[in-house]
Amino acid sequence: MHRVTICQYPRMQIAMTVNGAEQSHDVEPRTLLVQYLREPAGLTGTKVGCDTSSCGACTVLVDGESVKSCTMLAAQADGSTITTIEGLADGPNWHAVQQAFHEHHGLQCGYCTAGMIMAAVGFLDENPDPTDREVRLGLEGNLCRCTGYQNIVAAVLGAAETMQAAK
Amino acid sequence: MIPAAFDYVRADSIDALLATLTEHGDEAKILAGGMSLLPLMKLRLAVPTVLVDAGRLDELRYVRDGGDHLAIGALTRHRDLETNDLLGAECGVVRAVAAEVGDNQVRHRGTIGGSVAHGDAASDLPAVLLALDADFVIRGPAGERVVPATEFFRGFLETALAPDELLTEIRVPKSGSNGFAYEKFNRRAQDWAIVGSVAVRAGGTTRVGLVNMGSIPLRGRAVEAALANGASPADAAEAAAEGTDPSADINATSEYRAHLARVLTRRALEAIG
Repeated sequence: MHRVTICQYPRMQIAMTVNGAEQSHDVEPRTLLVQYLREPAGLTGTKVGCDTSSCGACTVLVDGESVKSCTMLAAQADGSTITTIEGLADGPNWHAVQQAFHEHHGLQCGYCTAGMIMAAVGFLDENPDPTDREVRLGLEGNLCRCTGYQNIVAAVLGAAETMQAAK
Repeated sequence: MIPAAFDYVRADSIDALLATLTEHGDEAKILAGGMSLLPLMKLRLAVPTVLVDAGRLDELRYVRDGGDHLAIGALTRHRDLETNDLLGAECGVVRAVAAEVGDNQVRHRGTIGGSVAHGDAASDLPAVLLALDADFVIRGPAGERVVPATEFFRGFLETALAPDELLTEIRVPKSGSNGFAYEKFNRRAQDWAIVGSVAVRAGGTTRVGLVNMGSIPLRGRAVEAALANGASPADAAEAAAEGTDPSADINATSEYRAHLARVLTRRALEAIG
């Protein structure tokens, strides 16, 4: 006799505001936030890099604070407000940090860039007028394997200046 | 990497959390910030069938003046600690070392209680709390008990916590805003310490805590005894590896760790003068 067994894993309903849009999905509790954002939410700008909370490629903002979305369950973010790289620009106008990465050429292959920019946005919110040293420490959780750190730091310092001037 | 399947229970009160733990015994694990537990679950080194999320218990997120000590709620995040002025004034070493944990993203999620309950000898804060003779407040089905740090860490990732208990509060003495130094050696900025050494003056004595020099966080008792007998910082630090049992791994041999313990302890002691 042929028998098919379908595994019944636990599921749950979660809801969160992602880039200003409220959304709700039925997920397994073990779903990682990064998986949730990339798959059901369809936002593939957030990258999976090391998958071990070392590299920071998956950095997003949860209630305004930078977190590594590979090491957070979507269930933990239930009810939260999430910002991903797709949510930074205002229509055709880039966010000051995006603009600064463009102007300072703060990227080479680009794989770390989304996480680097999200970490920088979160960092500048906490420290709007940082020194070079503070930027380096603030981004210690983000790795660029092209090692383009000089221009990344220059971009973050440039963005800080632009954002301070705009205040 | 995806964790094995589990049932997720979000605790809305301490009592509800304890009831869930009682019901499921050692099948259940408490999730705080998840900075230690989730990586273990992704590697399937931890496979709880019930995950009890304590993350919304905001009543356990505080730093309060307890008279002769400071009381820190177990779910207080490293970011909260590194920006807390009361902590900076009354127990500056905890505030300063919290700022050395992981990176910004990790400190936004990770909690002091999670770090203590995980009991990793390579973590920064447990060795500091050990050096401070901190007390840990634990709630379980039988009520509350207080365990001194010296009796809390039992073995590799093993603590005094029973499967049906929750660490609720950490009590640290008022050691002041200065008179401490933490020396951490690692290869990349955000990495775990290969070895760390903290020196802190508290209660009229100089105490030393060692990170990653054995299966549990350790006190540098031989260094403390030498200092009490009038040895210079440099001479006392020579005893830093006594009574330790450092592991060997890809980063360092046991001998190299012993060397680091002596050097880092000397630097920490000289820094506090």
